[in-house]
Amino acid sequence: MNTLAGCIQAIGLVGPGFTDWSAARAVLSGEVPYVPARTVLAPPAVLPPAERRRAGRVIKIALAVGAEAAAQGAADVRTLPTVFTSSGGDGDNCHEICVTLASGDRQISPTRFHNSVHNAAAGYWSIAYGCTEGSTSLCAGDASFGAGLLEALAQLACGAAAVLLLAYDADYPPPLHAKRPIPDAFGTALLLTRAEETAALARLQIRLSDAAAATMQNPELESLRALIPAARSLPLLQRVAQRRGGTVVLDYLGDVRLAVELQP
Amino acid sequence: MTPLRLTHFTATSCLGRGLTATLQALLQARSGLSRCHFETVELPTYIGEVAGLDAIQLPPKLQRFDCRNNRLAQIALMQDGFDAAVRSAAERFGPSRVGVYLGTTTSGILTTELAYRHLDENSGALPEDFDYAGTHNSFSVADFTSRQFELAGPAVAVCTACSSSAKVFAAAQRMIAADQIDAAIVGGVDSLCLTTLYGFHSLQLTSTEPCRPFDLQRDGLSIGEAAAFALLERGPAQDNAAAVWLLGTGESSDAYHMSSPHPDGAGALSAMRAALNAAAVAPEDVDYINLHGTGTPSNDSAESRAVTTLFGRATPCSSTKGATGHTLGAAGALEAVICALALQSGLMPGGLNWRERDPQLEVNYLSANRRGPLRRVLTNSFGFGGANCALLLGRAA
Repeated sequence: MNTLAGCIQAIGLVGPGFTDWSAARAVLSGEVPYVPARTVLAPPAVLPPAERRRAGRVIKIALAVGAEAAAQGAADVRTLPTVFTSSGGDGDNCHEICVTLASGDRQISPTRFHNSVHNAAAGYWSIAYGCTEGSTSLCAGDASFGAGLLEALAQLACGAAAVLLLAYDADYPPPLHAKRPIPDAFGTALLLTRAEETAALARLQIRLSDAAAATMQNPELESLRALIPAARSLPLLQRVAQRRGGTVVLDYLGDVRLAVELQP
Repeated sequence: MTPLRLTHFTATSCLGRGLTATLQALLQARSGLSRCHFETVELPTYIGEVAGLDAIQLPPKLQRFDCRNNRLAQIALMQDGFDAAVRSAAERFGPSRVGVYLGTTTSGILTTELAYRHLDENSGALPEDFDYAGTHNSFSVADFTSRQFELAGPAVAVCTACSSSAKVFAAAQRMIAADQIDAAIVGGVDSLCLTTLYGFHSLQLTSTEPCRPFDLQRDGLSIGEAAAFALLERGPAQDNAAAVWLLGTGESSDAYHMSSPHPDGAGALSAMRAALNAAAVAPEDVDYINLHGTGTPSNDSAESRAVTTLFGRATPCSSTKGATGHTLGAAGALEAVICALALQSGLMPGGLNWRERDPQLEVNYLSANRRGPLRRVLTNSFGFGGANCALLLGRAA
């Protein structure tokens, strides 16, 4: 089987205790200790005021990590295809709709309804940046990061020069939170180009594998990896932060995992 | 792109269960739409409901996936020999070389909507038997399908609103072209729920009568539900004349508005153009276009502009949503299956509920069935967030 390959040119990251990739890189490479803190999400400056006010947590985190990776990689976002992947979409919005539909007055707000689609973040992204390229929005439950990485690399294999992968999840409010206990919001974006380019951060190749998945040594980071689907990327991101090559196995679908071979 | 063969396909919608029932309804120009009596919904609208879902049983080992959406999937997976075709592909290629690419918008959210009526009075907790991953999550139907056939390849739900199950063809095609898989189950499953019925109503996009795509008096859509699947594989260069091929896919983003299309159909135009380019097919070589044609004033006028810009005014086209309703995340796959039937039977289905020509819509809209040999047909799907996809299907690649 041919492997899928690409180059990581830039990374965006926001999560518990991480304000951006450079903060995360310092922690993951071991330069500074990890200090857990609730994820801070800024209103997306790129959206018009009305949309900015109404943007939910998943839209905020997707736009934040995507903007960081695109800026770091000096990418032209107007012509950049995007792959959005998330295990659940906007949980707060979903909760509000379910509460309204279970009440005596079922009239849900039009904005809540169009924000309920899984590709809402992708829609806002394309409008904000005037990007008319193809964009997809995926969900593979706990396997969503792996599914997004496969799709992004397949797009490169089929001729795309560059692809922006955005993987993100946010926590549900109660009562859904008890059934889907994602502890906090976490997102990462990878600006990927074709394998024959010069890689700013790392070159990677992936294939399906049944080897055991890598875990994080730090128990708090391991807890993020175990509980937030987008944070299944952490062992890969740690290798990139450490500028270390070799193979790292990521959790994907149950017994099916992704072996990622990295070359710094 | 290298054409891929749709070796097997099937669909269940309000037109009936399976290919024979679907083709019969199209030949008879029969609509499956009826006045909405779904659940406790009180809205003045028509829906395309699949009868008998309450009686469907999932296999014992997949009980945790039990919800309306997966019951609908179960019906379609087990009809027209589709399950045998998948099992044969898994045997030939190995379970890790068969992918699952399914589109949905609301998955099993009806289960969650009903569960919210039964929250614990003291704690506010959801009922104990509520299974989030099995029912609510968008991945549920792809996970269910993968487990049904004990596959071990990539599995994913594509969720780009109403273009979801058109885009699955493009995603699966890329994975086959990149030699990561040899075959893929592609399709879409979306089922009636309160979120979409009340949601489209809140946007004033539902019609109070059966939807009338491309009609002068069109005033909105009718929501339907469906499950449609195809098995995509590489095919031999020489094949029987009845074989249906995926020739090209095209995707674009409107970058315009969350719930309204670009008025000139700019995104629709570039998706159609990309599908033709992928297949190296000229516009005049397309024999029929199955329109997205939702019946909302804005969709149909934007789509009409895009079609006339690329194809002129002669190419026959129609929307089959007057028959099936708008099946949202299943629409792309359902209409791909309708196009496959059209290619095999030489039927261009006339758009139902059409009464009067809108002078603003300059396409060659078919208001009655037309027969004739078809070699290449295009199908359009456009979704909220401006997510567009066009598929070009044909015979004898």
